[in-house]
Amino acid sequence: MAYNLKQELSKPDRLAGGHRMCAGCGAPIAVRGVTRAVKEGDKLVVGCATGCLEVSTFMYPYTSWKDSFIHNAFENAGATMSGVEAAYKALKRKGKIKGEYKFIAFGGDGGTYDIGLQSLSGAMERGHDMVYVCYDNGAYMNTGIQRSSATPKFADTTTTPSGKESTGKPQGRKDLTQIIANHHIPYVAQTTFFRNFKDLHEKSEKAIYKKGAAFLNVLAPCPRGWRYPTEDIMEMCKLAVDTCFWPLYEVEDGKWKLNYIPKKKLPIADFLKPQGRFKHLFTPDNEHLIQEYQKEIDQRWEDLLALCGEKSNVVTS
Amino acid sequence: MSIRERLSGNEAIAFAMKQINPDVVAAFPITPSTEIPQYFSQYVADGQVDTEFVPVESEHSAISACVGSQAAGARTMTATSSCGLALMHEILYVAASNRLPITIAAINRALSGPININADHSDTMGSRDSGWIQIYSENNQEAYDNFIQALKIAEHKDVQLPAMVCQDGFITSHAVENIELIEDAKVKEFVGEYNPECYLLNEKQPMSIGPYDTPSYYLEHKRQQAEGMKNAKRVALEVAKEFEKISGRKYGLFEAYKLEDAEAAIVIINSTAGTAKDAVDKLRNEGKKVGLLKIRLFRPFPAEEIAKALKHVKVLAAMDKTESFSSQGGPLGAEIKAALYHEKESPTVINYIYGLGGRDVRVEDIGSVYEDLYKILATGITGETYRYLSVRDQEGK
Repeated sequence: MAYNLKQELSKPDRLAGGHRMCAGCGAPIAVRGVTRAVKEGDKLVVGCATGCLEVSTFMYPYTSWKDSFIHNAFENAGATMSGVEAAYKALKRKGKIKGEYKFIAFGGDGGTYDIGLQSLSGAMERGHDMVYVCYDNGAYMNTGIQRSSATPKFADTTTTPSGKESTGKPQGRKDLTQIIANHHIPYVAQTTFFRNFKDLHEKSEKAIYKKGAAFLNVLAPCPRGWRYPTEDIMEMCKLAVDTCFWPLYEVEDGKWKLNYIPKKKLPIADFLKPQGRFKHLFTPDNEHLIQEYQKEIDQRWEDLLALCGEKSNVVTS
Repeated sequence: MSIRERLSGNEAIAFAMKQINPDVVAAFPITPSTEIPQYFSQYVADGQVDTEFVPVESEHSAISACVGSQAAGARTMTATSSCGLALMHEILYVAASNRLPITIAAINRALSGPININADHSDTMGSRDSGWIQIYSENNQEAYDNFIQALKIAEHKDVQLPAMVCQDGFITSHAVENIELIEDAKVKEFVGEYNPECYLLNEKQPMSIGPYDTPSYYLEHKRQQAEGMKNAKRVALEVAKEFEKISGRKYGLFEAYKLEDAEAAIVIINSTAGTAKDAVDKLRNEGKKVGLLKIRLFRPFPAEEIAKALKHVKVLAAMDKTESFSSQGGPLGAEIKAALYHEKESPTVINYIYGLGGRDVRVEDIGSVYEDLYKILATGITGETYRYLSVRDQEGK
């Protein structure tokens, strides 16, 4: 059946409204986008690392989760879900559970790239039949916008502030999607909210229904941390994709595939410009930093093209 | 008929786990508890249990997976020691506050640093306020018996708290001794099926677990948790009674050894109690009225019962196989003194730190403690109340 956004949106939400996430936050959009791919009759257990999503959707005595949900700590969503999945296997074997369950863990980039990396790596390597979804908003937003290893280069965060002696975060982003792809698990994909959400939906469906461990890295903008107008979230995601800051690709059974090649690759400045966290780059003194940035983006894009068996298409201006 | 065997403490625990046949075991190796998941994974490999074994990448993930698994509705266990338990520390609190009756076989070993692989109680004493039931064991027999009972105490509806069963690394975990095992069927019947009221994989009723808890509720939740811990004392005695029926072995909150008429006594935990009993027997033969109290349940701490058992004693040594760096003694000393505080007449208490990092403690060392106590009894001079036993370069030794 062909993908139809309208039809998908008519499905009952697995995450109820009324949660306390900020207006325009990318995380609940990611959650709904991913969980829409779970078949209506299938049961789900959701796990969550400590972070905005957890504290805003499950504040005692209210829960926004219609399925079973577990939060353990910041750094252990991978291991916690390993335990839930192991319990399912054991109880199913003993005939104590009849229905089909799916297992999805959500973590922000803090809980995934950084403090939870070991736990995630372990869960993926062991091959638990689960999906780990990182909603990557590029900083520790819950504690007040501190840098993470997912924070883009030169971003102004509360622990990498720009100033007289600083141009924001000195380091580039860690490429977690490729790190997990190199665990050689059945399915890894990078996606975001793009056009009619087809990319996110199809990747979620594959991740959920492919047997074994799967990982989705979903760019989920944070208007507070990125400092852009709340209503522009779709535009921000489009710019991230069209500048090749956030390429859409997947690695299925070891086969790397680019899902989208922009007809016209936009300069990285187009993505940086609307965001307050990069404001300091747009002064005459700092023009070279944007050039440096472009180089890094181009290099990473080239590398990815090669991995995906595509021809080089970088036009250097 | 019970089965006579010769097993180490680790083998005894692994054997108990096999008999219980838990749904999930998640573990990471650390000396001296490594053998437990090793033996157990062999049982899995040979099809002797139908447990899901999760060989995690750290102890932090071991206990995290245990939390997920037990919350999902599965009976779950692990084993660890020392730094492994310390790495679990954060999640021990989560397990307890979520009221998940996970069982840990804790094989006591000194904490780093400096790194040391031998027995002391710094690991589990560091976890004493995490909300876990703690049961200590003198030998392999007690470790086996306690492990089977711990599960039933932990899962009791009035308790619903995790439990750790502790024994001394190498001294009992690796030493092979005679042991009397209970038949499989009896163990299985004794522990029964784990059927929690609420769990993640309940097909009829989903649940959310691990909320963000505001100041409006947190206090009440902690109070409920404390009530569960209080109940564990009564439940431990009920379970011990049932256990006696299948094993013929009696267990209480603690063991009183020749304590009734004792004027000098020591309170001690785990394997050194065996050594100390020898010292007591020797001194009794010389006509000295000495006795011993061996802790079994440390969490909850049966303060009233212990005070009642000790109040007639004139001088008492509380023996801590760990430091607390409070500069006035160790955790057992603090608990014992607190327990005795409300008694009108209570013994003078000397708190000894002994056997750290696996330092051997001989019958003569314990004998010297009683000697010290008798000196106090004879002179009325208490002297230093916080002492190190058999340590080199200490003044007066």
